[in-house]
Amino acid sequence: MTLTHAYEAPAPAGERLGVLDTLEAESIHIIREVVAEFERPAMLFSGGKDSVVMLHLAAKAFWPGRVPFPVLHVDTGHNFPEVLDFRDRTVERLGLKLVVGSVQEYIDRGELAERADGTRNPLQTTPLLDTIAAHRFDAVFGGGRRDEDKARAKERILSLRDEFGQWDPRNQRPELWNLYNGRHTVGQHVRAFPISNWTELDIWRYIAREGIELPAIYYAHEREVFRRDGMWRAVGEFSQPGPGEEVTVRTVRYRTVGDMSCTGAVLSEAYTVEDVVREVAASTLTERGATRADDRISEAAMEDRKKDGYF
Amino acid sequence: MTTELLDPAAAATGTLFRFATAGSVDDGKSTLVGRLLHDSKAILADQLESVARTSADRGFGGEAGGLDLALLTDGLRAEREQGITIDVAYRYFATDRRTFILADCPGHVQYTRNTVTGASTADAVVVLVDARKGVLEQTRRHLSVVALLRVPHVVVAVNKIDLTGYSEEVFARIEADVRRVAAELGLHDAVSIPVSALVGDNVVERSAHTPWYTGPTLLELLETLPNTDDEPDGGAAFRFPVQLVLRPQGALAPGLDAEAFRDYRAYAGQVVAGTVRVGDAVTVLTPGQEPRTTTVTGIDAAGLDLDEAWAPQSVALRLADEFDVARGDLIGAAGTLPAPTAALSASLCWLAPRPLRPGAKVLVKHGTATVRALVTAVEGRLDLDTFEVGPAGELELNDIGRAALRLAAPLPLEPYAAQRRTGAFLVIDPQDGNTLAAGMITAGTEAGANP
Repeated sequence: MTLTHAYEAPAPAGERLGVLDTLEAESIHIIREVVAEFERPAMLFSGGKDSVVMLHLAAKAFWPGRVPFPVLHVDTGHNFPEVLDFRDRTVERLGLKLVVGSVQEYIDRGELAERADGTRNPLQTTPLLDTIAAHRFDAVFGGGRRDEDKARAKERILSLRDEFGQWDPRNQRPELWNLYNGRHTVGQHVRAFPISNWTELDIWRYIAREGIELPAIYYAHEREVFRRDGMWRAVGEFSQPGPGEEVTVRTVRYRTVGDMSCTGAVLSEAYTVEDVVREVAASTLTERGATRADDRISEAAMEDRKKDGYF
Repeated sequence: MTTELLDPAAAATGTLFRFATAGSVDDGKSTLVGRLLHDSKAILADQLESVARTSADRGFGGEAGGLDLALLTDGLRAEREQGITIDVAYRYFATDRRTFILADCPGHVQYTRNTVTGASTADAVVVLVDARKGVLEQTRRHLSVVALLRVPHVVVAVNKIDLTGYSEEVFARIEADVRRVAAELGLHDAVSIPVSALVGDNVVERSAHTPWYTGPTLLELLETLPNTDDEPDGGAAFRFPVQLVLRPQGALAPGLDAEAFRDYRAYAGQVVAGTVRVGDAVTVLTPGQEPRTTTVTGIDAAGLDLDEAWAPQSVALRLADEFDVARGDLIGAAGTLPAPTAALSASLCWLAPRPLRPGAKVLVKHGTATVRALVTAVEGRLDLDTFEVGPAGELELNDIGRAALRLAAPLPLEPYAAQRRTGAFLVIDPQDGNTLAAGMITAGTEAGANP
């Protein structure tokens, strides 16, 4: 049979598998297990680098078939337009169905209230849970990595959630060998984290190796920014400088991509993926520490959000 | 920002090494893990700042700038509030030679459950011993679990050696004790290292305080131990549990030629042992059916046409004969698969609050097959102190014991001692779906097999 090569990946070159090959094999195994054992899986896809890599792995897992589940995005209403555009193009390219849960609609209907600090990340939980319930998704893939945060460091690859989506860190199933137990009862669903064991650097090296396209804001560009909470924040529709916050034009890139209201840029000259790999390898700050206002609220910000049903 | 550091192209040269730590807070485990992360430069400035702030708040060390490295492994709010560790935490760091995944297993609460979990995927386990206390019952228990789980390498970190005045005699005595216990347990490869996590001796940097110790530091050892995938399983026979069938037909990925893939059919899975090559004869075992033998005609990795694949690669196999193959089937090198049996004997690590009693109806997940099963007998409980199996009528939470099970459908079962991946299974509660036990096959018995 003649096959068209859809992906460029180096053929294994020796007796052992390299780090990226081992991580890739583990992730593909997990994605396939979930698809085989669940009735209605879906994958969180925001256009952020981790979800882009996760979707790429899913495409590889089912090649030459199409990715056999819809992708789900909880739109805060404050997303970067170039990231939404990238999201739509990717969905189109892979022939996927996109399900969107909209924070803005909840605010407009008065079911969610804007927070005083303007951050919309914590507001994603209600639309997420409602969308999961409305579509009866029984497994939802998320691109969370254990190296990101200390709460994530303790979460299972298959994480059982009750009907309120809550994570109970004291009552997790032991996860043994490569045997994943996804059984659940009515009302429960499972969050699956196939890239749990990847680090930020692994992600970037894999993006470089596989030639994966990302939203342009991950690479250095000039932008009008102002300084707030020790971070560079973009000037935009949803993010305006306050009194005394001076606007300047800087060369920046985004290390994480989330809600515009809480994601900061870093000063960077990394114009290419190779530049970014070098920059991340040399970085002295964690990605969330460097760029996420919402994780600075308290030492346990992520833990608290997860217990409430967040990813 | 300097850009002379890592060459991105060097990314794929290292290998992944998974290890677990076992020991209690009193042994200084959190400090050891913190030291490993700190001295291998895995801790970034914002994390260090946060640790420095908290250390100062709590008056750690008395001196200015003292760092309580144990804080680096602090996890959840509940753990900080209660000063305990609830659960296995995973940590990541890399050196020029290797990328490490560390399963940090708490020692106090539910140590069996946590150590079993961490050890099940580990290439090595680092067991902590307090140099002032030597080999304790707890050490024996940790080593027993490591032996039972057949972790390839064991390292005993003899910690707090500074508090013995860097005594060579103390270390030599503990090392001899470790060697004796290891021999009793059948562990062939237990290496002891004198360390001080607090001061940093022999963790990453070689210590000037222990001139009598000429072996490697802990990190040097972890960098050079062979990992499971390099290990001779040595020519282990090919094993491939089928996860699902790839038959895209109408649902082809966009951009592919429908004509070329009209009859495409392949079996997706992860190679769990051995190597497979195009042209190899393989046997397909479907529960309840006669084994069938065919030839591998292709190995696909997302459009890449491979000549061979080996553990732990995830691939898709194309076979010469178009017979019915489904999830739960096992593909193996022809002539190497054991005959399916419906009766088995196993070691069980019981992980549930409700005890196991004979007559329990459970589910067994083995590879990608899940079948109903009946626990026909609880045959005994392992005494982790003596490593002997004594009589028992039931197994309680965190007990390790022997049990006999009868399966609703025969499966190709291999002893865990011969094959870590295909000898392992989960016991699952059919009602609430919880994982009840980690199972390791000691024997499949033909006698109970369905005809």
